Amino acid sequence: MPVKVLDFWGSPFAARVRVALAEKGVSYESKEEDLLVGKSDLLLQSNPIYGKVPVLLHDDKPVLESSNIVYYIDETWPNPQLLPACSYGRSRARFWTDFIDKKVYDVGRNIWMGKGDEVEAAKDEFIDVLKKLEGALGDREYYAGDQFGFLDIIFVSLSCWFPTYEKYGGFMVEEETPTIAAWLKRCYSRETVAKSMPDSQRVIEFVGMMRKMHGIE
Amino acid sequence: MAASDVKVLGMWSCPYVNRAQLALSIKSTEYEFIEENTLQKSDKLLKYNPVHKKIPVLIHGDKSVCESCIIVEYIADAFATGPRILPSDAYDRALARFWTAYIDDKWYPLVKVLRQSDDEEERKSLVQKLSEGLILLEEAFIGCSKGMAYFGGDSIGYLDIILGSCLAWLRVTEKVVGVELMDPTKAPQLAKWAERLCSDDRVKAVFPSIDRLMELHELIQAFLKSSK
Repeated sequence: MPVKVLDFWGSPFAARVRVALAEKGVSYESKEEDLLVGKSDLLLQSNPIYGKVPVLLHDDKPVLESSNIVYYIDETWPNPQLLPACSYGRSRARFWTDFIDKKVYDVGRNIWMGKGDEVEAAKDEFIDVLKKLEGALGDREYYAGDQFGFLDIIFVSLSCWFPTYEKYGGFMVEEETPTIAAWLKRCYSRETVAKSMPDSQRVIEFVGMMRKMHGIE
Repeated sequence: MAASDVKVLGMWSCPYVNRAQLALSIKSTEYEFIEENTLQKSDKLLKYNPVHKKIPVLIHGDKSVCESCIIVEYIADAFATGPRILPSDAYDRALARFWTAYIDDKWYPLVKVLRQSDDEEERKSLVQKLSEGLILLEEAFIGCSKGMAYFGGDSIGYLDIILGSCLAWLRVTEKVVGVELMDPTKAPQLAKWAERLCSDDRVKAVFPSIDRLMELHELIQAFLKSSK
């Protein structure tokens, strides 16, 4: 059954889907949405409520919301298994996925979209979020142990925007949360991650343009 | 599984807690219910949910699970007794999770805002949004149920638990505002589903009564007014 992904190069959420499909060795057709020009009819039909990427179309049936898509990919193509085998391990992965989804991108956005004191407050909140995620990692190689898995995919995909947050927030992930920085290097040494992530310099340029559009610089 | 091995930290009036209770009931799993004090979080709660400090928390042996949807998925996964809670098909599971996120992130939060609003224009706008949302949920029901009684098919499943838990406060809001949100002329299948679900004995045993919630609403409103 054909697999298509409605994609956007700079979307960290779309990156999750790219990494997950690469881990599973699933071939797919990628359709790049030009979100600055306008959303395609296919995107609006597939995701009428939110109109957002990524969308996975499996035999033309849409699966929406990036975390949801990664669950679907893991359940549909079982090897290698991304979620832990035990119920508790899975609930732990779901908990931190929910935390990452609610906190990382939105708080990060407050850093690059913020004005004046808002930036410092957002930076402090972001570092606090990273420290909690560092605590969850502990001294493990990856989030579930010694195998790269579900939660690693969910979190690492957002890291392509970290240099942007560092630039506008005036901090370094390596200094604030060295364990996270080491885990990031480990993840990026995997080909599936390295080839799926956008270039972070290109993201910085993109954000610079967005800031101009919003009158922030 | 002994009741002492499974505990739910929560409040009788909280729909997110009701989700955990109903899921355990469907799985015929006994549990100890530990009522949390709304005004002062217990040491237990702070210990078992240090990140969010919120109810519900499911304690299973020495493990704790937080966030209602995650708890329901855990119960579906970990307890072998009773019927399936999650759909057996991966695409149906993806749909159930999508609508759960829609209910929790977009639709249900508006119910509380409406109930506590005293601005006429704001109320009108919220009623409109909630009604539009219910029409989407009617379509979701038709798609998910495939002609059967529940979102989950012929038995109460994940999305029945998630949306079902919202019904009690929805009814209270309808009374407070004086509007029929779950209009059987606009969302007939959903209205029938709600009646069917709420007549199930397991649901009746878990979901709070509308009268009791109305009293609580009045107490909360009095408290909010006195602290302005």
